[in-house]
Amino acid sequence: MAKIETLQARKPADYKSEVKPIWCPGCGDYHVLMSFTRAFAELGLAPENTVVVSGIGCSSRIPAYTNCYGFHGVHGRSLAIAAGLKVTRPDLTVVVASGDGDGYSIGGNHFLHACRRNVDMTYVVMDNRVYGMTKGQPSPTTEPDFDTALSPGGTGLSPFHPLVVALASGANFVARAFSGEPNETASILVEAIRHPGFSFVEILSPCVTFRPDEREWKSLVHAAPVGETSDPGKAARRIMTDDGFNIGILYRGHRRPYRPPMGGQNVDLADLEKDFEL
Amino acid sequence: MSKTPSERPIANIADLLALAYQIEADAVQRYTDLAEQMETHNNQELVKVFRDLARAEGIHAEEIRKLAGDIDLVAQAQRLARWKKGGSPEEADLGAAHYLMTPWHALQLALTGEKRALDFFKSVVASTKDAKIKEMAAEFVEEEAEHVNLVYRLLRKYPQPTDTWSEDDDPPMPQD
Repeated sequence: MAKIETLQARKPADYKSEVKPIWCPGCGDYHVLMSFTRAFAELGLAPENTVVVSGIGCSSRIPAYTNCYGFHGVHGRSLAIAAGLKVTRPDLTVVVASGDGDGYSIGGNHFLHACRRNVDMTYVVMDNRVYGMTKGQPSPTTEPDFDTALSPGGTGLSPFHPLVVALASGANFVARAFSGEPNETASILVEAIRHPGFSFVEILSPCVTFRPDEREWKSLVHAAPVGETSDPGKAARRIMTDDGFNIGILYRGHRRPYRPPMGGQNVDLADLEKDFEL
Repeated sequence: MSKTPSERPIANIADLLALAYQIEADAVQRYTDLAEQMETHNNQELVKVFRDLARAEGIHAEEIRKLAGDIDLVAQAQRLARWKKGGSPEEADLGAAHYLMTPWHALQLALTGEKRALDFFKSVVASTKDAKIKEMAAEFVEEEAEHVNLVYRLLRKYPQPTDTWSEDDDPPMPQD
């Protein structure tokens, strides 16, 4: 993790921008924003040394609502942008925000390789099991029997298992959180940001407009019955056999984060261009 | 001994005042958030209700600040008020919001918050051995009880809406 300022106590409000969120009332993403600012305050991060990168979707609006540096990127490419930023500026704390459509479908391939590459950054996916911004199409994590006007009879497809895929691909920290418990989520984010390497936090974040049934998640989530493990196989087995609502840090690994050979060095662009001269 | 949300004991009156202040300040912030959400979604009746609730909580916070004199309540609260599950007692649940919600729903959120604050101060009274803390916490119990009663009185003005309150003639999309 990048250097954290601890000299000056910061408050969550210090990380909020003047831009007011326009999510639907009841949306879990409001709580996720709250968790971001609480985690940043807890860590004492300097906003000018912290970057929130996102792709496209409701969840990806989050950089505008913080006063950290932000990059609202193209659909599914937030991890590529963030990885590039982190390897060239390892002094920055990089947090990536995405949703289940942006992160697991359009950005699915980047997800695999970001886990594999293990760059020191934190990837937060707000999973509401639907494409909310485009009015309710099924996403990779939608249940097969989600029967609506846009998916008559449901898709019949097995949902994607992001946490298991992350483990299989080499993520160094895997956790599941629930937006409706912003303080617990903030604590998980603090641990994720502190942990070296690629940290992946899936936050169950209800879409109350297109998945009103997800308001029930509040009564379904529960603490994972066993604590975290550093054995990815054990963690994967636990996740594959749980009910999808186990909350907590599930895996904390010890892989060395990726650093490029020139990481952190000041390289003159003109010198680089010389290598490509004809 | 009574515990603060950060698991440190409530050691003195300054700790208790800081927590009381933070409870009210959190409530102000949350009601303001909800008012802004309703503003975005053009539910003007609810904008007014949430602004009024925020104003009322702000008055309570200011009263506590005056009571505290020179104590730096904000700094003190930052050290102590680390609420875990469920959050700060009077912090309204943003997840319960709906763009068509009515004043009755807003007041239900307020009622839940006031009751949680009441329970918090009752727990302080029941658990502290410090006579001064007990006395002040008991005063907060009385105040929170007044707030609970006030919300009940307001609810008489706003009866529970019928089951069709969330029906929208122009919904975001057909989901049938």
